[in-house]
Parts: sequence; C-alpha cells; structure tokens
Amino acid sequence: MNTMPTMTIPNFSLSPRIDQVGIEERASRFTKRSIKTAAKIEGLNLVLSMIDLTTLEGKDTAGKVKQLCYKAMHLNDAYEGLPNVAAICVYPTLVKVAKNALKGSGINVAAVATAFPSGQAPKSVKIADTKFAVRQGADEIDMVISRGKFLNGDYNFVFDEIAEIKEACGEAHLKVILETGELNTLDNVRRASDIAMHAGADFIKTSTGKISPAATLPVTLVMLEAIRDYYYKTGKMIGMKPAGGIAKAKLALHYLVMVKETMGDAWMTPAWFRFGASSLANDVLMQLTKQKTGNYQSLNYFSLD
Amino acid sequence: MPTTTKKAKPKEGSHRGSAQSSANRLNVQKTYKLFIGGKFPRTESGRYYTLKSAEGEQLGNICRASRKDFRESVLAARAAFKGWSAKSAFNRSQILYRLAEMLEGRQAQFIDELTMQGSTKVAAQKEVIAAVDRLVYYAGWCDKYQQIFSAVNPVASSHFNFSVLEPTGVVVIVAPEENSLIGLVTTAASAIAGGNTSIILASESKPLCAVSFAEVINTSDVPGGVINILTGKLSELIGHFTTHMDVNSIVYCGDDRAMIKKIKSDSTSNLKRPVFRTAINWLSAEAETPYFISDMQETKTTWHPIGI
Repeated sequence: MNTMPTMTIPNFSLSPRIDQVGIEERASRFTKRSIKTAAKIEGLNLVLSMIDLTTLEGKDTAGKVKQLCYKAMHLNDAYEGLPNVAAICVYPTLVKVAKNALKGSGINVAAVATAFPSGQAPKSVKIADTKFAVRQGADEIDMVISRGKFLNGDYNFVFDEIAEIKEACGEAHLKVILETGELNTLDNVRRASDIAMHAGADFIKTSTGKISPAATLPVTLVMLEAIRDYYYKTGKMIGMKPAGGIAKAKLALHYLVMVKETMGDAWMTPAWFRFGASSLANDVLMQLTKQKTGNYQSLNYFSLD
Repeated sequence: MPTTTKKAKPKEGSHRGSAQSSANRLNVQKTYKLFIGGKFPRTESGRYYTLKSAEGEQLGNICRASRKDFRESVLAARAAFKGWSAKSAFNRSQILYRLAEMLEGRQAQFIDELTMQGSTKVAAQKEVIAAVDRLVYYAGWCDKYQQIFSAVNPVASSHFNFSVLEPTGVVVIVAPEENSLIGLVTTAASAIAGGNTSIILASESKPLCAVSFAEVINTSDVPGGVINILTGKLSELIGHFTTHMDVNSIVYCGDDRAMIKKIKSDSTSNLKRPVFRTAINWLSAEAETPYFISDMQETKTTWHPIGI
C-alpha cells in the first residue's frame, strides 16, 4: 500500500518561492569542502554504488546494452572490492535484454517511459509505454512530466498524469523527471517537485540528459529542500536523482556533500539518492585507481562503455 | 613647477624602464604566469620563486607549478589532441608559420628578456632570429616528414603492406636550461609539427621568454591546449611527469644522468617514449632535423590483402 494517511492536496500555486541568489550561494559552499584520502575513497565508492549507468540513444542496440550490463557488474576487475552500480537505465524495448544480462547481480533495470524525452504523446500512449516497460521486467520507471502543460499552469493535468502513471507502474518504483532545464525558474522547479511528490513519485529526477542545462547543484538543492519539507510534513521519504552533466568524480562528491548537509545520513544510500550518468563511472574509477597507485590515470586503461 | 628630481635614469635595456619612462611614472611590471589550455592562470599552489639577474636585480616572480597544475595541463593537452592531430598536415604547417610571423614582430621583447637573463645583446639577437627561422623550418616539415618515414614494405604473402607514422599523443618536454628560447621553440615545434600536443617545463633559471612565448602562441592560431607551458622546479615535478599514465612521451633536454635513469625506469609504467636531447647545440643545424619529429611518432603498419 502506498497511500498515505488522508492528506489534502495543497494548492500548488502557493508552493514556496525560491531565493535564487541564496540558493546559488549555498550551493557554491558545498564545493568548498576538502575531502581527501580515506574519506575520498569512501565517498567515491558510495558514488559508484549510486550510479544509474545510462544509455539512452536512438542508436542503442541489444549488443550495446549487454556491454553496458557487463560493465555494471564488472566495473574494474583489477580493483578489488568495488561495489556494483545501482541500476542500468535504458529504453523500454531494451529492458528485457538488460534484465536477462543482469540476472542474479542484484542490479536494477530502470526504463524511461512516457514518450521520453519530450513527453509529447497522448496519455493513453504514455500509460501503454509504462505498462509495456513494467511487463518487460523494469524495476524502476523514469517518466517525464508534460512541461508544456506545466508552464501553461495546468498543474492538475500534470498531477493527474503522474498519478495515473504511478498506478500503471504497479510494483515498479516511479522516478519523475522534471526536466528542470525547461522549467526556467527555481520557483517552477520547487512547484514541479511538490506536484510530483504529492502525486506519488518515489523519486524526483532533474533531467532527461537531452536538454542543456541538465542537473546543476542549485537545482538539485531546491529539489532536496522540497523533499525535506515533504518529509517533515508527511514522514514519507522521497528519493532524489540528479541526471545529466555529472561526469567528474569531484562534482559527484560535491553532490554527496550537499545531500549529507541538506538531508542527513538517511539519504546517503543508493535507495534514496542516485546519479544518472554514463561517463561518471569511468572518472570515479580513475580517481580510485589514482588514490591506490598514486599515479594519475589515463582513460586508455578503462573500458569505453 | 618643473620637477628636478635626480633619480638615476634606468639602465639601458633594463625592463624597469624602457625608453619613454619618466621618473614620475610607476612602471607596469609584467606578471609571469603559466599557460594552460590557452589560458594564463597563476599556479594553483600560490607558490613562486624570485628570478634575479646576475647583478642581483629582481626580474620577476615566477610561478612554481605544482602537481595539480601539471594535471590540469595534461587534461588540456589530451582534450586538444584529437582536434590537433586530425588537422591536415598543411594546416598545421600554416599554423606553425603563423607562430613564426608573431614571433618576428615581437623580436625586441625577446631580445630584451634574453639580455636580462644574461645573454649579450648580439647573442640574444642571434637566438631570437634563429628561433623564428626554426619555426619556419619545422612548419615546412609538417606535410613532408610522412613521405620520408613512411614506406611500402615488401612481404612474402599477397598483401599490400605499408607503414605510416602517427603522433604518439601527449608529450611532456623538459626544455633545456640554457638557450632557453631556441631550445623551447625547437622542442615545441618538432612535437606539434607531428600532431602531438605538449606540456613544456621552461628553463628554471631562464623562464622569462618561455612565458612571453606563450603570449606568441596565444596570438597565433594554435588551438588552446596544444602547447602548455609551466614554470617551476624540475626536481619536484619530474616524478609526476614520468608516472602520469596519460602522458605518452617525455623529452628531456639535459645531461643529468640520475634524471635520465629515472625517466627511463619510470616510463615503463605505461611505455612512455623517452627521448633524450643531450649536448645539443640548439643554434646549429644539429637541431634542424626531421628525426626530431619522428622521435615522437608511432609507426602504424597495415596489411591489406590483395589478389582475392
């Protein structure tokens, strides 16, 4: 049962306004922490375990996805004791391939559904898309909201759509992509986060990765604060997933600092925080190897996908 | 009211005051910075050393580049490699020639700096002119060295077998301590003529014209990251040069035997191509050879079946 105790749905026009300058200042502070040696290794391992290894391209093939699944299970065999990534993120048609390839590994398969990335399709198509992905075996569904409707102020439409997709997900976890790069203001980001959480999202996610800017520290901070407020109000934890544009280990550590200082330890696990990324894993592996050997690494010695 | 201060006129050729400086004017001193990825950052470490002339006059504060500055330069050089090595040989040639054009127009500054660092005026003039000519020399080789080093190889099977050169990648250059301009120009030009990108550690005792050469690079058409210039102490950087896994070759212009041994043994970690240029007369024709280019190249041999 995922229904919460009777709670009235708030008027989303009254979502808190965001102080942009304050948020940017606060977010920049997270980049000033010095994390070295043992703490750094611990952090990098945690980052690896939080990655949703992603391939979302028109040219994706079964072979490419199998390759990625292998990478997910064997991040770097030369380095003992590495964690696995949290999930593989693919298009619905490739869920079955990924599911088979990952059998027994404990790694989840996430599928982007609902006419990803634009979301410009009738609701019936989106629901069919979601149900298809779930039938194929997806453990997690990443849906996109209708940004056009949202920007028009049609919040009820957006809310209802998320709720219906949530229903179509069944057991699968629902991540709601706000595509913050198209929402223009932090006020909108906060409002969209509130809508998604009240409509039943298990996770809220910044971006599809197809629009620039994708995830940024300030946007993620606004969403984390929305999650925190929601948690204080309802007692229900919601996960967070920044996606797109996080390619460097150092930046990923900044995000972890932000999660820790905004949400506390409870969110510092793959169950509540994820990175949507494709090239981040290799950079983290390079940094870990640097810590171990003392020598700066080259991408030549790490797998491409 | 006419000022009748009796301040000593600055010495001829001193950087403290060129021809027009008046006694009342505070001279604008140049900040000598690093050159990484087409930008002029100060060293992230905040450290510097003070350069003095033979007479003890302070010439400038020079950045003491750190491990992290070097790391950033390798990232910049690696990022620039793809574009630079893919440029047509003829285009690289044009860009090297452009470097010569830019240096030609700034001869006076380089002569000035070389004399400050102890050269005689005549020797400085000779070195700067040789440096311009050296750039033109290697510009000319860009689209020619392939012809003399590539080959069609006779083989005993029905294959068309041929070998061509490819740039090795990111090259670290330890520039010579003396002949600080011509040595740096020669090693840089020969590295990038063949499509490599480079990180150069300038002469520790004579770094002024290295930093000024970075300004020449920046005003020519060399893409950012193709040549990066660091200043600082070789002794504290060499360990990072030789062990960095993303460096493909290291060129050492010096004769310290312990250093040569260290470079040779450390380079085995990722099979860096070590190149040693010892006892070279940089001003002579000895430093004008296409082998300086081929030293930093890899040979690719292709077996192409025929008659099938």
